Amino acid sequence: MKTSFRTIALVFGREFRAYFATPLAAVFLLVFLALSAGLAFFAGGFFERGQADLGPFFAWHPWLFLILMPAIGMRLWADERRSGVIELLMTLPVRAHEVVIGKFLAGWAFTAVALVLTMSFWLVTLYLGSPDNGIVIASYIGSFLMAGAFLAISACISAMTKNQVIAFILAAIVSFLLVMSGTNLVLAALRGWAPALIVDLVQSLSFITNFDRLTRGVLEAPAVILFVSTIVLALWINVQVVDAKKAA
Amino acid sequence: MQLVQATGLVKTFSKLRAVDGVSLEVSRGEVVGFLGPNGAGKSTTMKMLTGFLEPDAGTASIAGHDVFADPIAARRHLGYLPEGAPAYGDMTVADFLAFVGRMRGLINSTLNERLAEMVERVNLAAVWNRPIDALSKGFKRRVGIAQALIHDPEVLILDEPTDGLDPNQKHDMRELIAAIAPGKAIVISTHILEEVEAICSRVVIIAEGKVVADATPSALLDAAAVDGQRPTLEVVFRSITGSKAA
Repeated sequence: MKTSFRTIALVFGREFRAYFATPLAAVFLLVFLALSAGLAFFAGGFFERGQADLGPFFAWHPWLFLILMPAIGMRLWADERRSGVIELLMTLPVRAHEVVIGKFLAGWAFTAVALVLTMSFWLVTLYLGSPDNGIVIASYIGSFLMAGAFLAISACISAMTKNQVIAFILAAIVSFLLVMSGTNLVLAALRGWAPALIVDLVQSLSFITNFDRLTRGVLEAPAVILFVSTIVLALWINVQVVDAKKAA
Repeated sequence: MQLVQATGLVKTFSKLRAVDGVSLEVSRGEVVGFLGPNGAGKSTTMKMLTGFLEPDAGTASIAGHDVFADPIAARRHLGYLPEGAPAYGDMTVADFLAFVGRMRGLINSTLNERLAEMVERVNLAAVWNRPIDALSKGFKRRVGIAQALIHDPEVLILDEPTDGLDPNQKHDMRELIAAIAPGKAIVISTHILEEVEAICSRVVIIAEGKVVADATPSALLDAAAVDGQRPTLEVVFRSITGSKAA
């Protein structure tokens, strides 16, 4: 597959700047910081635990991302369709996968900014005690990969509609299912009738289960592979959707 | 070689056959006025010519490159103004045109030359650093034209370039198109018939997805003349397309 990295870089640059063209970026970053801190302190018992670690902070990330990543991804394609720019963009001498990758990377880089801003938390725990830095680094990598998987799904769904709100809601639902598939609620319901293999499969696809593994400090291959392959698969579908459904 | 060549293009949307076997050839130096009632299939045909929409049947090529088999090569020779002149509203005119220029492979030295020429030719100096969202309809349309011209393509496909412009702006747009016409193949869709007589060397009229006339404006008028009296293009247009629509 021929790929122009120049095109990817150009699309990336445009999209990344577009996040900051409106106050939306600032609002998003504030909401992310406030929620991740608030949940860790008030719901996660950050102080009461009496341990210098970031466990309560990362534990909420799957739930935060299942709402916030669709918000970042929803405009990537739906807005191009609504405004008609997609027609201009896809008649430039570019390949669909170059645009898909460029847009995804822009959203992912924006997420990286949000995650870097939370590192003040890390500094606080370093001041209060001696957290296991290996675990913190593994958790950050895990969080970034999981965010990428949510984002790729959101971008892919955004390509299917010209309505950002529909894109947001559908992406949030799919993300919710991927998170919930690891909870006891779902697994117990399945255990009653499904074969053990299916139960294990559903559990192994769960974002929460896999993310929990990463936050325990081991960069486990299966978890990393799950998130990376989710990104690759969602982006591949994204390319097919853009190629097939240009008009609508 | 014909710069634009389309043969037997067909496009069906669910049950509606929007374009039904349209063939079109445009050679260098020609400005083709693409006319037809609303819903006749003009925009759909143009989308297929640019390779944006895949036809159910038929082929299209730009400067000898098939738009589906070899889309990248075909698009390099193409400048396209889609219907409504879409653009990234959050970007300034300068940033947007630079973005499109770079996406078209222009490197900095050439790009700056071309941008300077666009400011001059399309008259964009007054809004150069304004966000596109804040522009009037006339300026937006001009940005759309500039974006299509930035790489000096051999083939221009312009979907309603003068829609929504005031009479002065229409005049400027026609002058611009006439000035760049030699050496290019241009296809313009429009509803404004005087425009066709002013700048087009050929008229192609489509109705219900089929080409119903393809001639020079004067040949079209001569053919419809009664007792040596030429009717207006509007009368011809209505007699050709009106009966079909009714």
